[in-house]
Amino acid sequence: MTQLALVIDLNVCVGCHACVTSCKEWNTSGEAGPLPDSRAYGEQYRGTFFNRVQTYEVGCYPATETVHFPKSCLHCEDPPCVPVCPTGASHKRKEDGIVLVDYDKCIGCKYCSWACPYGARELDDQNRVMKKCTLCVDRIYDASLPPQERKPACVMACPTSARLFGDIHDPESEVSRAIREEGGYPLMPEWGTHPANHYLPRRKTRVRIHADELERADNPLNVDRQQPRPAKGEPTLDDAVTW
Amino acid sequence: MRPAISVILLTTLLGAGQGLFLAMVTHQTYAFAGVLSPEGARGLYGPAAAVALALLAGGLVASFFHLGRPERAWRSAAMWRTSWLSREVIVLPAFMGTVFLYGAAHLTGVNPVLVRLPGGAAVDASMVAGVAGAVLAFALFVCTGMIYACLKFLREWHSPLTVANYILLGTASGFTAAAALAAALAPGEAPFFAGWALVFTLLGALSRGASLVRNARLRPVSTLQTAIGVRHPVIRQVSQGFTAGAFNTHEFFHGCAASLVRSAKWIFLVAAFAVPAALAAGHLAGGPPALLTAAIAIQMAGLMAERWYFFAEANHPQNLYYQAVA
Repeated sequence: MTQLALVIDLNVCVGCHACVTSCKEWNTSGEAGPLPDSRAYGEQYRGTFFNRVQTYEVGCYPATETVHFPKSCLHCEDPPCVPVCPTGASHKRKEDGIVLVDYDKCIGCKYCSWACPYGARELDDQNRVMKKCTLCVDRIYDASLPPQERKPACVMACPTSARLFGDIHDPESEVSRAIREEGGYPLMPEWGTHPANHYLPRRKTRVRIHADELERADNPLNVDRQQPRPAKGEPTLDDAVTW
Repeated sequence: MRPAISVILLTTLLGAGQGLFLAMVTHQTYAFAGVLSPEGARGLYGPAAAVALALLAGGLVASFFHLGRPERAWRSAAMWRTSWLSREVIVLPAFMGTVFLYGAAHLTGVNPVLVRLPGGAAVDASMVAGVAGAVLAFALFVCTGMIYACLKFLREWHSPLTVANYILLGTASGFTAAAALAAALAPGEAPFFAGWALVFTLLGALSRGASLVRNARLRPVSTLQTAIGVRHPVIRQVSQGFTAGAFNTHEFFHGCAASLVRSAKWIFLVAAFAVPAALAAGHLAGGPPALLTAAIAIQMAGLMAERWYFFAEANHPQNLYYQAVA
């Protein structure tokens, strides 16, 4: 069974928000209708987004690190938001594991948002239905796009390739390998939601250089010692030859 | 969580309606068993059922104001296999229909004897509707309570005490309402209802007090460390990613001062439990019927404060992600 997911590399994310704007652009122009902003140019403006990039400071000054943390629906394998939905609008697709909301069935009761520990769902207060990340379901299967572009808009936009997309149930996929080999982890594992999206941790890259790597161990200068150098006053080559 | 007026009204009005109906069925069952005089409250059952139905309808109307798309509310009966909200949507109209039949049987007098028990006792239509309605009333209490109790990471709600509170607080307010109605329509029966109102109010205080103690001792399971998966004891949010408001910053926090939340707790403890219990006891000790009218008015206001606190107290783990704007 397929479970599509994102794997986000926190070691690489620079917090540029390109995924946020790209997501908003694609999904507000998509077939599911706009992602409106209320009072966009007024006071108390509010917007609906599928994806946010947050920033955290880890540690105490001066030993601190900045972690940029992209946050969207994790497409849990056991999504708590799905069984609570009274209408069946909130559902998890069998064929690819994407958690979706049927905007034509949603009654806007907000119960699914209460049932999501990650705050991944946002009520669209103009269409008055619940909205969430679709993993760009209207893009990844679009046969009119070249195959390399059949990826979520956020993945296409990321300038540092911090976002990987693929099937985490296929052990040989890029995302499975990244999770397996680079310590991929889920968020809030304590609730048993089994998020499909994983995060790759920050990693310290250290290069260890030994002294014999800086200077060749087999340098003939070291083997033969210093070439004899004439003292001052001794005849030089110039004294011995005439040009 | 942000307390929504629609949900506060929905749960308090439904609870009072269910409790009022249960009070009538309790009295009728006592009369059926011969413990009470069957004639004492004949003029009370019908009007009380009408008031109960009005309370339930008020709750139903309030619930529509909670929905973004009320015109699609009919769809919400679909997922009863998994969703307690869906189950509530099914049980509520079934219960209202039963209350209607019960009230109609008493008000119109069309109340034929359906079964005659071996001992000779006659079971009439209203008794059958009453027992069926009582089962549905409890089912509705369980559905309402489980809507909140089933959300495991809202730990203030994820407890059997939540269901017990919905049952006991609804029953307490219903019996207090029944006592106030009886004082007007069947004064001889008012002490019966006032006595049970006192018992259920005290039981409700016990159960609600237990959940307050339990919730005060809760320690968060999710932390910023598990939320972003960084194992360092010191993590501080620098930016939540946007400066505007959003659903996430609005829906999951009450937005009031901590002092207001604290005072709401004492307000509801006094208004929903202490004062109504004292007034019911005062009536039992020979006080005037006006005490019971005051008791139900104060108790309903107190229960609305209780429901406000119930939401305000619940701390959603998603708030971990929204601690600093920029």
